Amino acid sequence: MKRIVTATVLNQSGVLNRITGLFTRRQFNIESITVGATETEGISKMTFVVHVEDDRMVEQVVKQLNKQIDVLKVNDITDQAIVTRELALLKVMTTPQTRAEINVIIEPFRATIIDVAKDSVTIQVVGNFEKIEAMIELLRPYGIKEVARTGQTAIKRGSQRLVSESKTFSILN
Amino acid sequence: MSQNAKAEEFNMEKQSPVKTSPINGADLFVEILKKENVEVMFGYPGGAVLPLYDALYKNPIRHILARHEQAAIHAAEGYARVSGKPGVVLATSGPGATNLVTGITDAMMDSIPLVVFTGQVATGVIGSDAFQEADVIGITMPITKHNYQVRSMDDLPRIVHEAFHIATTGRPGPVLIDIPKDIAGMVGEPKFVDEINLPGYQPNFKPNSLQVKKLRGALAEAKKPVILAGAGVLHAKASAELLEFVEKMQIPVVNTLLGLGGFPSNHPLFLGMGGMHGTHTANIALYEADLLINIGARFDDRLTGNLSHFARNATVAHIDIDPAEIGKNVETHIPIVADAREALKKILSLDFEAPKANEWRAKLQQDKVDHPLWNTEDGEGISPQALMKIIHEITNGDAVVTTDVGQHQMWTAQYYGFTKPDQWVTSGGLGTMGFGFPAAIGAQIAKPDKTVVAVAGDAGFQMTLQELGLVAELKLPIKIIVYNNMALGMVRQWQETFYEERYSQSLIPVQPDFVKLADAYGIRGYVVQTEEEAEKVMSETLNNNEPVLIDCRIKPKEMVYPMIAPGKGLHEMIGVKPQ
Repeated sequence: MKRIVTATVLNQSGVLNRITGLFTRRQFNIESITVGATETEGISKMTFVVHVEDDRMVEQVVKQLNKQIDVLKVNDITDQAIVTRELALLKVMTTPQTRAEINVIIEPFRATIIDVAKDSVTIQVVGNFEKIEAMIELLRPYGIKEVARTGQTAIKRGSQRLVSESKTFSILN
Repeated sequence: MSQNAKAEEFNMEKQSPVKTSPINGADLFVEILKKENVEVMFGYPGGAVLPLYDALYKNPIRHILARHEQAAIHAAEGYARVSGKPGVVLATSGPGATNLVTGITDAMMDSIPLVVFTGQVATGVIGSDAFQEADVIGITMPITKHNYQVRSMDDLPRIVHEAFHIATTGRPGPVLIDIPKDIAGMVGEPKFVDEINLPGYQPNFKPNSLQVKKLRGALAEAKKPVILAGAGVLHAKASAELLEFVEKMQIPVVNTLLGLGGFPSNHPLFLGMGGMHGTHTANIALYEADLLINIGARFDDRLTGNLSHFARNATVAHIDIDPAEIGKNVETHIPIVADAREALKKILSLDFEAPKANEWRAKLQQDKVDHPLWNTEDGEGISPQALMKIIHEITNGDAVVTTDVGQHQMWTAQYYGFTKPDQWVTSGGLGTMGFGFPAAIGAQIAKPDKTVVAVAGDAGFQMTLQELGLVAELKLPIKIIVYNNMALGMVRQWQETFYEERYSQSLIPVQPDFVKLADAYGIRGYVVQTEEEAEKVMSETLNNNEPVLIDCRIKPKEMVYPMIAPGKGLHEMIGVKPQ
């Protein structure tokens, strides 16, 4: 099963290495990692999409991350009210005939063409994982030359569901 | 005197009491260690740590010069294990640091507090594959609780203070600090640090009362309770509380390998060590229990055997300072994240109802009578089990005993009969050959008045025997007992059992003359061929104030029993004494 886990970390040298090393060593399978600055200087936020077999394994992911000295907070936010976004850049082959068609296809995705060449266009799209997958599928018949994706980042919504509905793994409280 | 000069003099006088005098990084390093109350350190010099060693020359802290870095760190582990203080290690960059890797991993697996300092090439050439450069931070990231590279001299006091804090609190472990050579030469006026500011490291010591209440309910209902006591009891210094709890509740106790000594082995409720070479009664108790209370053990695979058979009918309660150990291997119903001592104190304060387990206790007592540890009485040579009983007799069961890994380790665990905490030093999780002898050196330094017995196999002893030089130099009265069966005994045992007696590379046909070897270092040595000889030599040498090496020719084909084959459950023991 797929879980989305976030971690706030001290922005020390080597912290990314510590965390990816931990994933490798404990055989946790990661689909994507994103890292970026937060509102507080010196603190970064990481978002992991991990594939785990069961609840016990995701509990281990959270606990092992928590053991790292540079990690301040870890949350499995999969079952909470969250927004996830990913940015993808796609280079798609074009002919004078297909260019207009492609424009029509990407329009409902609110994607934009950010580079045009003689025989290709580069499209930028932002959205959740499923939206990006859907657009890639639609463009595939035209010939996709290259894809670059950032991986998902996530944030909790301003208003959450009742606490009792969301699952917690903390055994400290 | 001009007015200016006068003013200058006045200013200097005024400033001098508040001004800290400039100091270089190396001198600062020594000052900080003194501030952390480091009494002894174990190390080996080299290029990148020359400035640090120069500072130690001018302003000494007791330094033990091992003959190999691996031995230095194992000695520090032995020191830490019996003294309860962190072991401090200093080695140079590159090979000095990489030679420490086994010891660091060993300390990580067995939760031993160490603060390890390594030299590093100067900051300007890091990453250029300079002479004796190794990426020690990268190498040791997965085998330390935390590690640091000092990038500025101003950070040194904070980093060292944090390192000692992290190594010794929560679940103890090794912390490494990599110090580039130029940091030692920098001059500055850094401030010493007393407070700890680690927002990402807040170990929880107090048990959660809701979970404790759940344990109370489980105890009241239990008919077949058992306690599994691990090394967490020793680290938390909770032996007295454990004994009180056990006697109040009348619950039988099983120890893990590393937990031995946390509960007196001569107590009627003690069932023995559990696991691969545990007693029949201990393993049956773990297998059949309806309530398993794990205190400070991590459900290692050598303890649990095949997990699908482990404690299948039991409610599992687990007290551990490390939340990640709870539920890692065994599904846990009552998780209690706490220091073992704090948890037991809380439980004792609450007057729990004792489980009604008369039948269970009677059954286990009968099992102890029916299936005790045993050995067959055939073959040439000394019985290794009888030998350990002799060592127990002569040292009154009071010695600090160290071992490597393998057959001699299991015989020691089974037959020495530990009754007190901190007298047992062994390599459990990592299973390191060559660990026991240098660990004994550290233990003897920590406890100069204790009898320290280093039990080693003939193969493992040869991995770190160069430390005979250190024993001779320091005149440490360590008693080295070599269990000599001319083989890697445990490998041989597995080959006999599982590989149709194909002894691939496990027999050692040519051994050194251990007596002459000891003699070369000025240490008295003996060879003993029979139990009578062993008893005679040991009663003459184990309680005196001199080092000794005794080469004991044990039965070469003796096996460690009982045994649980890999992949089997705790109830599937082989080599149990027939009734």
